[in-house]
Amino acid sequence: MAEYVHETGGPLFHIGRYVLMVRRSFANPERASMYWKETLRQMSNIGVGSLVIIMLISFFIGAVSAVQFAYNLSQSMVPMYFVGYVVKESMILELAPTISCLILAGKVGSNLASELGTMRLTEQIDALEIMGVNTFSYLIGPKLAAAITMVPLLVIVSAATGITGGLLAGSATGYVSSSDYLQGVLLQFVQKNVFIMLTKAAVFGFILTSISCYQGFYAHGSAIEIGKASTRAVVLSCIMVLFADLILAWLLLN
Amino acid sequence: MIEVRNLYKRFGSQEVLKNINTTFEPGKNNLIIGKSGSGKTVLLKCIVGLLTPTSGHVFFDEKDYVAMGIQQKNEIRRELGMLFQGGALFDSLSVEQNVRFPLDMFTKMSNSEKLDRVNEVLKRVNLVNANAKFPSQLSGGMQKRTGIARAIVMNPKYLFCDEPNSGLDPQTSIVIDELIMEITEEYQITTITNTHDMNSVVTNGDKIIFLHEGEKHWEGTRETLFMADNKELIDFIFASDFLKEARDVRLEKIKAKLSK
Ligand SMILES: Nc1ncnc2c1ncn2[C@@H]1O[C@H](COP(=O)(O)OP(=O)(O)O)[C@@H](O)[C@H]1O
Ligand SMILES: [Mg+2]
Repeated sequence: MAEYVHETGGPLFHIGRYVLMVRRSFANPERASMYWKETLRQMSNIGVGSLVIIMLISFFIGAVSAVQFAYNLSQSMVPMYFVGYVVKESMILELAPTISCLILAGKVGSNLASELGTMRLTEQIDALEIMGVNTFSYLIGPKLAAAITMVPLLVIVSAATGITGGLLAGSATGYVSSSDYLQGVLLQFVQKNVFIMLTKAAVFGFILTSISCYQGFYAHGSAIEIGKASTRAVVLSCIMVLFADLILAWLLLN
Repeated sequence: MIEVRNLYKRFGSQEVLKNINTTFEPGKNNLIIGKSGSGKTVLLKCIVGLLTPTSGHVFFDEKDYVAMGIQQKNEIRRELGMLFQGGALFDSLSVEQNVRFPLDMFTKMSNSEKLDRVNEVLKRVNLVNANAKFPSQLSGGMQKRTGIARAIVMNPKYLFCDEPNSGLDPQTSIVIDELIMEITEEYQITTITNTHDMNSVVTNGDKIIFLHEGEKHWEGTRETLFMADNKELIDFIFASDFLKEARDVRLEKIKAKLSK
């Protein structure tokens, strides 16, 4: 374990160390009760901590989508209730998971990286290791478990808030009445799309959490490194989330 | 007993430790001294296994620690406590939870047994009525005490202290030094302390090894320290604030006596 902490290398070194880190994070914890306590703490940290910001942004994204789409439809023959349908489908399939996870990458990602980076530089991780604690399964395992369960829930909230945002904006601007909009929302329910949304959410949550933990866990040097590690965590998480989005779209829609 | 044999540590091309050989005995306060950057922390971390030596061996009671698997290492680690330079207390936990942590993690004690044990060690390090405080609310000396309490809560056979006096005023330093010394003798622990503070060297050094640029230049006891004929060691003694600080501390004590 200790061997790889102070070393650095090219992309292959980082990929290898990242894979080892993830594998060790799922090792059996010493004391299940401690692990659960930590998981619950992380769940509230990720879930409750980001709820308001995700709802706020999803609301506006839904509202803007509805208004813009209604404007385009108003010059065509397509019936207005279609706005509801399109907002719903685009929120579920793409906007809710992607936008939520980009927000989470910024908020939770930088948070996790600086938390672990601080623990590394103040030797708290060393202190755990000296006691014989498996630092991967104690520090990173609960964060991954919390992300995989909480991010899908947040994404469901995001989709619902976005659709509501569209409803309110549509009727406030007078483009589409709420009954028309709701008719569109209820037009067709594609179960597969909800499945895709939840899969994306879990995968993105895993990606952004593991990448951010990696950056913090292996931070070394002076205190400035913590800031740099959080920036790297956010940038890399965003890129990898979008990349995974592309791969998943291709895999799941075929 | 801990034995270090032919230990080398390299970071890239920088050779930080060169062929260290020595032994550390139980019930003794073993000191590693040397200037900042001489390799004290790296040596301590190689001994406890936080760093892997480039080559060489560390024996805990004749068992080769470097060659052990993770399972065996963890068994040794249950018998080992460490006080880190900055305390390394867990920020999100209170004093009580910090000290309790190893018990929660590794013992099957009941809650009340744990609490009794925590209060017992907190009392031992003279830290009472601070159970609910968080690390950020503690003074440097209190953080060190909490760190010591956490390090000894599992009754370790070996205790490691990295610069226990750093960031403390001279008075608090003496108190912490004395505490470490008492605990070492009371529980017959093998203690290894890193320091560049000459005050602790002359009061605490049952055995002293002096590092200079990663090499062991001298080894002896506090009694033989001032008869050493190693040039670097003599420079180290005279470059430290020791002589001046010793005078200041003495003056303080005399003043306190006079004002009584
Ligand atoms: N993780 C590391 N990577 C590279 N060099 C290191 C590392 N840790 C320590 N060093 C170097 O090893 C030398 C000894 O450091 P250290 O043991 O911390 O000194 P000190 O005696 O002050 O405790 C220093 O030159 C330091 O820069
Ligand atoms: Mg040091």
